[in-house]
Amino acid sequence: MEYDIIICFETHVELKTETKLFCDCLVRYEAPPNSQICPVCTGQPGALPVLNKKAVEYAVRAGLALNCTINRESRFARKNYFYPDLPKGYQISQFERPFCEDGYLEITGDDGKPYVVGIKRIHLEEDAGKLVHSSGSLEASEYSLVDYNRSSVPLLEIVADHERNPLRSIKEARTYLEKLKQILKYIEISDCMLEKGQFRCDVNISIRPKGSKSLGNRAEIKNMSSFRFITEALEYEIKRQSELIESGRRVPQETRLFDEEKKITRPMRSKEDAPDYRYFPDPDLIEVEIDQEFLQGIEDSVPELPDQKLDHLIKNFGIPRHDAIILTREKKVSDFFEKCALHCNDRRRLSHWITKDLFKLLNDSSLTIEECQIRPKDFSQLINLTDRGDITDSIGRTVLYEMFRTGKNPETIIEAKGLKPIQDVDLLDKILDEVIGENPDAVSKIKQGITKPIDFLVGQVMKKTRGKAPAKKVRELVQKKLVK
Amino acid sequence: MELCNRSACDLAEMLKKREVSSREITESVFKRIDEKEDTINAYITTTRETALKQAGLADKKFQNGKRTPLLNGIPIAIKDILCTQGIRTTCGSNILSNFIPTYTATAVKKVLQAGAVLIGKTNMDEFAMGSSTENSAFGPTRNPVNTEHVPGGSSGGSAAAVSGGETILAIGTDTGGSIRLPSAYCGVAGIKPTYGRVSRYGLIAYASSLDQIGALGRTTEDCAMLLNVICGHDGLDSTSAQVKKPDFRRSLNKGIKGLKVGLPREYFVEGIDTRVEDQIMKAVKVLGKNGADIIDISLPHTKYAISAYYLIATAEASSNLARYDGVKYGFRSNHDLPDSVRMYEETRSEGFGKEVKRRIMLGTYALSAGYYDAYYLKAQKARALIKEDFDKAFEKVDCMITPVSPCLPFKLGEKMADPLQMYLVDIYTVSLNLTGLPGMSVNCGTVNGLPVGLQIIGKAFDEEMVLRVGHAYEKIGGSNA
Repeated sequence: MEYDIIICFETHVELKTETKLFCDCLVRYEAPPNSQICPVCTGQPGALPVLNKKAVEYAVRAGLALNCTINRESRFARKNYFYPDLPKGYQISQFERPFCEDGYLEITGDDGKPYVVGIKRIHLEEDAGKLVHSSGSLEASEYSLVDYNRSSVPLLEIVADHERNPLRSIKEARTYLEKLKQILKYIEISDCMLEKGQFRCDVNISIRPKGSKSLGNRAEIKNMSSFRFITEALEYEIKRQSELIESGRRVPQETRLFDEEKKITRPMRSKEDAPDYRYFPDPDLIEVEIDQEFLQGIEDSVPELPDQKLDHLIKNFGIPRHDAIILTREKKVSDFFEKCALHCNDRRRLSHWITKDLFKLLNDSSLTIEECQIRPKDFSQLINLTDRGDITDSIGRTVLYEMFRTGKNPETIIEAKGLKPIQDVDLLDKILDEVIGENPDAVSKIKQGITKPIDFLVGQVMKKTRGKAPAKKVRELVQKKLVK
Repeated sequence: MELCNRSACDLAEMLKKREVSSREITESVFKRIDEKEDTINAYITTTRETALKQAGLADKKFQNGKRTPLLNGIPIAIKDILCTQGIRTTCGSNILSNFIPTYTATAVKKVLQAGAVLIGKTNMDEFAMGSSTENSAFGPTRNPVNTEHVPGGSSGGSAAAVSGGETILAIGTDTGGSIRLPSAYCGVAGIKPTYGRVSRYGLIAYASSLDQIGALGRTTEDCAMLLNVICGHDGLDSTSAQVKKPDFRRSLNKGIKGLKVGLPREYFVEGIDTRVEDQIMKAVKVLGKNGADIIDISLPHTKYAISAYYLIATAEASSNLARYDGVKYGFRSNHDLPDSVRMYEETRSEGFGKEVKRRIMLGTYALSAGYYDAYYLKAQKARALIKEDFDKAFEKVDCMITPVSPCLPFKLGEKMADPLQMYLVDIYTVSLNLTGLPGMSVNCGTVNGLPVGLQIIGKAFDEEMVLRVGHAYEKIGGSNA
C-alpha cells in the first residue's frame, strides 16, 4: 500500500543570551556544575523571576524571520509538573498569547517546487536543570545529581502546524530542519549546536493510505538531538505504522521514545496518560507589552535572510549559483564575503577564492571562518593583486597560506618572502631576450601570426623568475617584441 | 511606662535626645520575652545575640553624632515568612524547619540598613494559611490581651509580639487579611499597603497575586514610620510598582474635616456579631462628629469575594508550594523510598500540615483540565467585578470604613474543626487583596475586654489617606470616646 506521510516538528532552541531568562546568572555551557546559579534559578523560597528583555527580542526576531504575527501583548504561564531537574515544580513557559503565531517557513519540496510549511506558534520558556545519573536513568540509579547551570536558560519553542502544509517525507523533514537551523543561526539568536543540546526536536508522525482524507493517529517521538536519529526514528515509525495498518490494527495516539542503539521507538505514555500541566498565567510576571518602537528596533535588526542573500549575490554580484549557495549557507561566511566585496573589483574571482582556496585551508585545519585570522580587507587586497596580475595565482596561494598561518597582510608577506614582482623593465627585457634566444621555434611561429606560443614564452619567463614576473607586463613585452 | 511598651516614634525621639540607648530598649524587650514567651509563643526563633550586637552598633551611630534614620536602634520582629540570610526561616512549616536562606528579603534588608534591631522571627499559620495562628508547626500563638483567645492570623506572632511588648515594631504579610485581622484581634495598628508598594522579593509565596508585606505597630504613626522604610520599587520584583514614594508621616495630621467616608452597606449584614457592629458604628459617629462626611455606598459583588479569594489563592498556592519536594532544601522524608515519586509523596505528606494540604488539593482541582474555566477563570471574572465595584465607589468617597472581622477574637480550638467557619472570618478583608487596595486596622475599643478593629480602606497607592484617617481617629481618642 502507498501512504501519505505527515510529519511535524516541535523544536526547542537554546538562545545565546548573555544571561538566563529570569535572573542575572550567566549562560555558560562549560562551567563546573552548579557554579552559575542563584536563588531565582534554583527555586529558593521567596525568589522571583525578572524577565530578560534580550530573550524577548530574540523570540520576536525569530518570529519575524519565520513570517509570524507578533502578539503585542503576551504573557507567561506556569506549566506545573514534578521532576528533580525542575527546581520550582513548574516551568515558566507560555500558553495563551505566545510572542509569535501563524508563521511559515518556505523550503524546496521533494518535487523541486517551493513548499510553505506552516508554523503554528513560537514561544519563550525556561530550560530545566540537568540530571547526572549514577547509572543510566533516574529509575535505574542509586542516586542522581542535579546541575542547575542550565536551569532557566532561555529556550525558544517553535511549533510547526499539523494542518497547514506539514512535511511529506523524511527528506522534506530534513530540509525543513536544515533550513530552520540555518535561519536561526543567520539571525544570530542561537548557535544551534545539536551536540550541545541547543537544538532539540520532538517529532510527530502519522501516515494514511494515499488519497485518504482522514488524519491517522500520530506518534510523538520526544527529545531527539541529532538529524541522523530523527531520520532513523522516522524510518522506523513509517515501517511500524504501515505494518499496523496493513494488519488491520489501529495506530494508537501516544508519545514514544527513540532507542538510539536499537534504532527503534518504544511507547512512553498513551494519550490517556498525558499529564495535566494545569497551565495558568504566572502571577509573578506582568503582561509583556511589545510597543511599536521595540518592534521596529527588532525589525531593523533582522539581517537579510539566506534566500534573499542568495538572490542578491546572484543578481547583483554575478556570483555563480553554486558558489552563492556555499557563500550563504552560514551568515559568518556571507558576512566575510560582503566585507571583502567592498574592496574588490572582481567579485566572481573573490567568490572563487573563498569557496575554493580559503575553504580548503579551513577544512584542512578544521577551523571556522570566525576562527581564521585573515582580515577581510587583507583578503580582498590579495584578490586585487592577483586580479591585476601583480602576482600570479600560484604566488597568491602561497601568500594566502602565509596569511592564514600568521594573520599578516599580503604586502608584508610578499616583502618578507621576497615574492615581490619584478618591476624593473630592463631586467624583464633581458630575461625575455634569453628566453627568445632559447626558443627559436616558438618565436618563428609567433612571427608567422600564430599567437598560441605567446603563453609558452610568458610561462618560460615565469619559470626563470620563479613566478615573480608580472605576467601582464611580460605579455606586453612579448607582443611588443615579436608581434608587429 | 516600660520601654518595651512605648511606641516606636516615642523611642526614636528619646534615642535622638540620647535619653535612652538602643541596648536598654532591646534588653527591655528581651526581658519581656523571657517573662511571656512561654505562654504567648509569638516567636519561632529569637536572635538575642545578634540583636544586642545590632543595638550596640546603633548606639555607636548615635554617639558619633551622625544623622541616623528614625528606625536606628528600634527593635523589630519579622514574620517567619521573609527570608533572612543565615537565620532559619520556617514559614511555620515542618517542611522548612531546617531551612536557612542564602539571601535576605528586600524589605528586611531595608529595615536592617536603616539600623533596626532584629529581635526574631515571628510565629504564623503555616505558609500564611489560616486566620488564627493555630496552624503552625511550632504550636499556636496566644493573644496577649486574653491568652485563652487566638491572636488572629496569619501574622499572629507579629501582632502578639507588638501587643505584648515583645517587640516595638513588626513586619507581617497579608494575603487575605493576615496583617489586619491579627492587628484587630490584638488591639494594635497594622497596614496592608497597595499591592506593588512593597517588594515581595524574599517573601515566601502563598498566593503571589495577593501577597503583600506590611507594617504593624502600636500606633498608626509607627506603621507610617515603618512603611516609609520598607516601600519602594525593587528591580527584583516584576510586580513592584514604579510610583512615587511619599513621606507617609508628613500628611498624618491633615485631619478628617470634609473627608468623604464611605460605608459599604454589604459589610453590615447578617453574619456580623452585633457587638462588633455597634462598636464600629460608634467609631463612625465619632468620625462624623469630627467633620467627616459619612456616605452610604454599595459594593454589590461583595458576596463573591470569599469564594473568588479561596479559588485564586489556593490555585496559586498549589503551584507556589510545588517547590517543596525534598530535592534541594528543607525536609525530606527518612523513609526507605524506592523512587523519586514516592520521595515526593512521603516528603510532602509528612512535611505539610493539614490546612496546607487541604489548600493545595483545592487549588490543584481548580486548575485542572475541565475545571479551569468553571473555577479559576470564573473567580478571576468575579475579581474583576469586585474591582469595578471599588473603582465606582471611590468616585464618590475618599476612603471607606468597615469592620476588620465579623466576630470577636475567638477561643483557641473554637473554629479548628470547621474550616468553612474559619474562612468566613476573612469576609471583610479578602476584597482588598483581590483588588490590591490598601487597608489598615486601628483599634476601636473592646467588647468584654476583647479588641475590635476598624478597617480603613483607601484608593490604590493612597496609603496617605488611610494612615491620615487612622491617625486622626487615634488622636480624637476614638476608642475611648
